[in-house]
Amino acid sequence: MIQADLNVILPEILLSVFAMLALVGAVYTEKDKLAPMLVWATSGLFIALAIWIGASGQGGTHVAFNGLYVDDAFSRFSKVVILLSAAAILLMSQDYMTRRGLLRFEYPVLVTLSVVGMMMMVSAGDLMSLYMGLELQSLALYVVASLRRDSVKSTEAGLKYFVLGALSSGLLLYGASLTYGFAGTTLFSGIIQTVKAGELSVGLLFGLVFLISGLAFKVSAVPFHMWTPDVYEGAPTPVTAFFATAPKVAAMGLFARMLHDAFGGAVGEWGQVVALISVLSMFLGAFAAIGQRNIKRLMAYSSIAHMGFALMGLAAGTELGVQAMLIYMTIYVTMNVGTFAFILSMERDGQPVTDIASLNMYSKKEPGRALAMLVLLFSLAGVPPLVGFFGKLYVLRAAYDAGFAWLAVAGVVASVIGAFYYLRIVFYMYFGDETDEGLDSGGSPMLWGFLMASAFVMVAGVVNLFGIEGAAAAAAATLVN
Amino acid sequence: MESLILFAPLFGSLIAGFGWRLIGERGAMWVTTGLLFMACAFSWIIFLTFDGALYKVEIFRWIESGTLSTDWAIRMDRLTAIMLIVITTVSALVHLYSFGYMDHDPQWKEGEVYKPRFFAYLSFFTFAMLMLVTSDNLVQMFFGWEGVGVASYLLIGFYYRKPSANAAAMKAFVVNRVGDFGFALGIFGLFYLADSINFDDVFAASPGLAETQLSFLWSEWNAANLIAVLLFIGAMGKSAQLFLHTWLPDAMEGPTPVSALIHAATMVTAGVFLVCRMSPLMEYAPEATAFITFMGATTAFFAATVGLVQNDIKRVIAYSTCSQLGYMFVAAGVGVYGVAMFHLLTHAFFKAMLFLGAGSVIHAMHHEQDMRNYGNLRKRIPFTFWAMMIGTLAITGVGIPLTHIGFAGFLSKDAVIESAWAGTQGGYAFWMLVIAALFTSFYSWRLMFLTFFGEARGDKHTHEHAHESPMVMLIPLGVLGLGAIFSGMLWYNSFFGDHDTMNRFFGIPAHHAEAEEGHGAETADAAHTEAAPATDEGHAEAATVSHGEVAVTDHAAAAEGLHAMAGGMAPQGAIFMGPDNTVIDDAHHAPGWVKVSPFIAMVIGFGVAYLFYIVNPSLPRRLAESQRPLYLFLLNKWYFDEIYDFLFIRSAKAIGRFLWKRGDGNVIDGSINGIALGFVPYITRLAGRAQNGYVFTYAFAMVVGIAVLVTWMTFVGVE
Repeated sequence: MIQADLNVILPEILLSVFAMLALVGAVYTEKDKLAPMLVWATSGLFIALAIWIGASGQGGTHVAFNGLYVDDAFSRFSKVVILLSAAAILLMSQDYMTRRGLLRFEYPVLVTLSVVGMMMMVSAGDLMSLYMGLELQSLALYVVASLRRDSVKSTEAGLKYFVLGALSSGLLLYGASLTYGFAGTTLFSGIIQTVKAGELSVGLLFGLVFLISGLAFKVSAVPFHMWTPDVYEGAPTPVTAFFATAPKVAAMGLFARMLHDAFGGAVGEWGQVVALISVLSMFLGAFAAIGQRNIKRLMAYSSIAHMGFALMGLAAGTELGVQAMLIYMTIYVTMNVGTFAFILSMERDGQPVTDIASLNMYSKKEPGRALAMLVLLFSLAGVPPLVGFFGKLYVLRAAYDAGFAWLAVAGVVASVIGAFYYLRIVFYMYFGDETDEGLDSGGSPMLWGFLMASAFVMVAGVVNLFGIEGAAAAAAATLVN
Repeated sequence: MESLILFAPLFGSLIAGFGWRLIGERGAMWVTTGLLFMACAFSWIIFLTFDGALYKVEIFRWIESGTLSTDWAIRMDRLTAIMLIVITTVSALVHLYSFGYMDHDPQWKEGEVYKPRFFAYLSFFTFAMLMLVTSDNLVQMFFGWEGVGVASYLLIGFYYRKPSANAAAMKAFVVNRVGDFGFALGIFGLFYLADSINFDDVFAASPGLAETQLSFLWSEWNAANLIAVLLFIGAMGKSAQLFLHTWLPDAMEGPTPVSALIHAATMVTAGVFLVCRMSPLMEYAPEATAFITFMGATTAFFAATVGLVQNDIKRVIAYSTCSQLGYMFVAAGVGVYGVAMFHLLTHAFFKAMLFLGAGSVIHAMHHEQDMRNYGNLRKRIPFTFWAMMIGTLAITGVGIPLTHIGFAGFLSKDAVIESAWAGTQGGYAFWMLVIAALFTSFYSWRLMFLTFFGEARGDKHTHEHAHESPMVMLIPLGVLGLGAIFSGMLWYNSFFGDHDTMNRFFGIPAHHAEAEEGHGAETADAAHTEAAPATDEGHAEAATVSHGEVAVTDHAAAAEGLHAMAGGMAPQGAIFMGPDNTVIDDAHHAPGWVKVSPFIAMVIGFGVAYLFYIVNPSLPRRLAESQRPLYLFLLNKWYFDEIYDFLFIRSAKAIGRFLWKRGDGNVIDGSINGIALGFVPYITRLAGRAQNGYVFTYAFAMVVGIAVLVTWMTFVGVE
């Protein structure tokens, strides 16, 4: 019996063992000198696991530990995205962190642990395992955020993240306890029976709202978003890149799993709440980013707006909605990998630069990179025919089909407003003033590769989105029924 | 061969338009003209060897969408054959004529290349016009219809440096859109009711349409009448009938060969062609045809009155065209489609000739167009004078009364007038046409006298340098002259002769009184009962006519057609005349005074013109002064332009200005600017201020957020 359960969580066990071995091994040997090797090994392991999980696509649904842990098409889809994006960010960060003396051996270890947490989140079948995964992920991230211990900003970011994260955990736990109190169980499969059986009691409803609030913090949705710009700005850029990708996917996956598996019978109720935070996120992300000159803060608001769009798919409460959300998140992660590859390469005299004004006339110096960035920015803004447009199209259609026409309209308006700050960067790159304070040219080939690959995907993906539609549809089908 | 005729002008146009840099200016002109002459030769071969039986040449599949299934095909029947020779002949001659006329055009600077463009447009027009007349369905026809509209626009505005030419081009285009709107509605209606736009299906469905009611513009209509009227509105636009005629005189801003080809011989007759083509439908729409007759007669009269006082030589001919088109519509309206086509054919020859002659005069007079500055030109340009003389004799209808010998216009116009008398029992249309014939004679002779006789007026220098046009311009005049003289006599019997000839000509299955008379009568009765609900009025009309054997024969033939249609088949033959349509026979049996009346009107017109402009040239001025209001009324073309300017143009401009200044400028730009420059930055500042870096603020926001969500859910979420 336990053998079967362990088989289900084999990838997570492998990662955890790897992380602990790496930690112990590094501590007792050469410590930070091992870090580059560790980064490569971790990335390799991530990719290998992603391929393994992806290849076992026909595996069906496996429930382990009496329902605490679920392995189905939805969790597998999310895990593949999480693992691949984490691997990409790790590879991208190596050069940057080495040159700034930041590449400690703890970094890949912490990232691995947080990835284990994320994988657990998307597979959670119970409020307990949900919380466990969430905290494992968060605790690792708090530390990573303040990786640069000698920098005030970095430590401030970590601390802020920790304090507010604690608050959100408190909200989440309170919601979980309310739910347990009124449903009599923490198992999703048990909660959904209670929800479907009769009227949604006020206590259960309150529990639901608190749970949503706790998760909204993780995906940085308004009004639980305020940590995001400060943490994004303060954390080292590779960490920011990591924050913007894998954890978002995990939190979104968890969000969807909890809402559909545990509260699938109350779509009418949570649909409205999610729609509200979705529309708030889209608009705040669009409006506030306009005022930003720092590209990392700008990307923070951009991610808030994008989470709003992903939540729109969730708010629909339909299978199409979940499919749209998954597609949107995948596209979003791909775009962000490319964009952060560009941001990581923004340097002047070897020092990282984050002011967008430094991009003035960048196209003259680096036409190739500027063009790739242009493609990515247009895609982020959702300009057809790039892939980012199709992501938006999916969520809009899902929302419209589910009767949220107003939400779809609001989404279009918000994306129009949001287009401004993306296009402003393009403006700087192509039509800005001539300055002698330009950026260094060159940069690591790794970053160049990721930037170009991401831009290429944005263009080439219009053919069939590389087939993720079918995978996302299958994933959504297992979740919504 | 049919495809070759259709596409030769298109190839010519493309080669001349895009390839003239390769083959040179003269090369482009020769290619287009050569291809046109080839098409013309083939057309004549087809026309002369055509046996009247319908056949189709499919070119390719065009539209396949739901139940709409359409081929791109050439429909060859007599109507098409007639139009083919008209179009290709006039077009080929106009191409040739343009060699001379467009040479050294003063509108262009030295060294500017404009001729390949002109020839390309001419050929393109020819292609579109051929597309229109060869079409096998309404959408293909609409394609050609719009194609000629574009070509007309391009050619009217050919002198694009002249603001007046640009304005005229736009006017033609816009006024035609009004008609096209009706045409398009008619096509939609037919597709809605008959579920097809192919002519065969539409014709087969026509008897059914006559018994269908349709709701349109808040009232109930008979479907056949409604659609016939809508199609006729399209025809009114293209053929410059009253209310939609205002563009035609202005279209004279184009080069004169264009006026001859497009605005006299071919494009403007497209409306007449449309009505004849739709004859199986028109026959079931008695109110609509009555309306067509009325509009045609009124236009013929109106345009003739305006033509009386115009001074620009081209405008006189333009109004004359407008008036002659009215004649054709009257013939079609009373159900004698053959005569409408007959007049179309002869008119194409003599009107093209008049225009090309006028062009020759204008060319000789260094682009002076005011007739008051002409006079006594017959010695200086004798060939042109004789050409114009033939044209005038043709249009005024000179011939020997009560015989079939005369100029083309004599035969066709008299046929129209006799038909009008028969079709309306000597009513409104007949009298309007006779009066119009008088006016036609007057203004045509006035043109001749002012131009070629009397004193030389205007600039002495111009008169001294007046010279005969080159050979390339005179040959087309000669060829058209042949047409203007003989075309009427040659084809009188085919178009308006006895039943046999006519049926053979148009490919109508003739069913003659070989059967016993009694049997024929029975069939006729059967036809009557079947047709009775559809054409009450026509039935009553026919009942009053008692032409014994002739009527019976006709009925027997028609009964055949009717049976065919009852079986869901389109009637055979290029034109269709309903079972009760005996107008042709009545016209043949019209009393003598009816047949002579147009001749008398012509003689009176000639006499008055002779008196006014040869005997006593001061008379017109005195008359104009004594009847000043009437004179101004006519000179200003019944004030149509002024009324339209007031009713449509100024109000449209006012609405446009309001929407532009208030709607677009204040509301849309204002709100966009307000949002983009005021509201958004304000929100952005607010969001920036909220992000103050203090953890307690952030926590507070979260707490407020959850409080709001919980409250909201408490009150709204659970009902």
